[in-house]
Amino acid sequence: MNYFVNEKGYYGDFGGAYIPEMLYPNVEELRQNYLKIINDADFQKEFHALLKDYVGRPSPLYLAKRLSKKYNANIFLKREDLNHTGAHKINNTIGQILLAEKLGKKRIIAETGAGQHGVATATVCALRGLECVIYMGEVDIKRQAPNVARMKMLGATVISAVSGSKTLKDATNEAMRDWINNPVDTHYIIGSVVGPHPYPDMVSIFQSVISEETKKQLLEQTGSDQPDYVLACVGGGSNAMGMFYHFIDDEKVKLIAIEAAGKGVSSGFSAATTFLGKEGVLHGSRSIVMQTADGQVVEPHSVSAGLDYPGIGPQHAHLFKTIRAEYVSITDDESLDAGLLCTQMEGIIPAIESAHALAYLEKMKFTGNENVVVCLSGRGDKDMETYITHFGL
Amino acid sequence: MNRITQLFQEKKNNILSIYYTAGYPGLGDTVAIAEALQAAGADMLEIGFPYSDPVADGPVIQASSKAALDSGMDLNLLFAQLKELRKKVTIPVLLMGYVNPVLQFGVENFCKACVEAGIDGVIVPDLPMYEYEELYQEIFLKNNLCNIFLVTPQTSEERIRKIDGLSNGFIYLLSASATTGKNLNVSDITTTYFSRVAEMNLDNPIMIGFGINSKETFEKACKYANGGIIGTAFVKAVETGDLQENIRTFMQEFR
Repeated sequence: MNYFVNEKGYYGDFGGAYIPEMLYPNVEELRQNYLKIINDADFQKEFHALLKDYVGRPSPLYLAKRLSKKYNANIFLKREDLNHTGAHKINNTIGQILLAEKLGKKRIIAETGAGQHGVATATVCALRGLECVIYMGEVDIKRQAPNVARMKMLGATVISAVSGSKTLKDATNEAMRDWINNPVDTHYIIGSVVGPHPYPDMVSIFQSVISEETKKQLLEQTGSDQPDYVLACVGGGSNAMGMFYHFIDDEKVKLIAIEAAGKGVSSGFSAATTFLGKEGVLHGSRSIVMQTADGQVVEPHSVSAGLDYPGIGPQHAHLFKTIRAEYVSITDDESLDAGLLCTQMEGIIPAIESAHALAYLEKMKFTGNENVVVCLSGRGDKDMETYITHFGL
Repeated sequence: MNRITQLFQEKKNNILSIYYTAGYPGLGDTVAIAEALQAAGADMLEIGFPYSDPVADGPVIQASSKAALDSGMDLNLLFAQLKELRKKVTIPVLLMGYVNPVLQFGVENFCKACVEAGIDGVIVPDLPMYEYEELYQEIFLKNNLCNIFLVTPQTSEERIRKIDGLSNGFIYLLSASATTGKNLNVSDITTTYFSRVAEMNLDNPIMIGFGINSKETFEKACKYANGGIIGTAFVKAVETGDLQENIRTFMQEFR
């Protein structure tokens, strides 16, 4: 079974480039050049030097001893929260800004949900001296104020997306409209493994450093680079794809993707796409999409802005359909409880997104010997207000 | 013969096509608008079926789509309205919208419903050319439906030739790479690009759209192509007030 993209830009039935003609030249330019640029030795050298000296990679693989004891397994946390800017998002923005430079682009646009991708994009734009415009839903601007302030301080223009549900989906629509209206000098840094081909493949390649390091670290720490389980949360799915990437072809490794159930999968306030969605097209690719019978995209809900998205990347849809990975869901409350537990047992405040992955440990049964890797995709600083309000701290 | 093909055989220039969103401003206005536009001299109609995430559209058409969806417009209702429309309207009618609602309806069912409702052509901006060619062209041709592709100032000559080969009906030439309703100055509209495409002697007729909002811009479109398409300016003109009066007033500028 091929779990990766084919020459037509598809993962099985999913993927493709469902874009209006106005976006074709930009997307085609990327499609023709991305692999050539990424595989170039100088590009690799510069990319890895920045990941090391600027981002602070490799990120530690930490054996969480108290959580391990509680769950009766060896729980390893892949500490993407320790990256510069506080999440995995920067792996991709470093890669894409270098690529945008190679393509001669002068202006960068991006969408953001929780603000982590917006901050990571504004950061690399400051680093390289490029103009930066970030689209963010009006609702997310309110619930992620610290990140909005960071983006502004980094010199980015933050534009409020006021259409639709005013969250990530609508910020993505606005960024695509910007790209249509600026077809020559602008590069769109999509923050997840979504969008038209080649974005899902390109973003997963940049994020694959997560699993590449994990394999080496596991080998050093356990004597085997093969864990029993790999867990990661999924909104669009970029941290999960980076965490799964080098394990996908090793079918002995069980991959578990955790979606946001919101107030419950059947509550009408959920973002559990594989449970609630159907095959369809959103933001330029064919995937699984939460939608009405008439094909209108449904407004999702999650306490976590980074998971509040009504679709998943096309590769995830393929892993789901072929049952290579298991897709499960965790509610708002379960994730917040898991976030507090990790904070108080390990001294790590996780992003609420990542806390969804941690929460699934409660639902698993272990026998004591399993090696389990959980992608701790981001830190919880941005979520303090939500935690404090929820727990009355 | 398909009504679009017939129109371009009978009329070579000054063709006026008007876009409006189905079910807007009122859910039941779809037929009345078509009748009024035909009476006021429109040559062709493009009826938008609304979608929740119209990325190629600017704020005016987005808002009309949302309003139509909120009042209950969907493809089933639209096809029912279109059957009534065809009893009264003889000019070519196209449907324009995004691919996801079409996929959920089923492409074959959609084409059949179009034919039964008297629709002559379809514009689906986010249906890629090779997908159409591989999966859907046969269904469209079998049903005698025209599929209309867009061309922008950035589209290469080679790609325009390919689009011309796959097109039937006409080619929709965008005056700029833009979302709908973007205010373009007449001088911004690049006539060198229009001339370049005109000189390619394509097999299909050409209609120019995007930024056509006045007599001046319409005449400019007609100078370089078989006619012009007006969308946002019309949708804006019928937002509030008396529908019939708005349509008469709007069309007086062009006819």
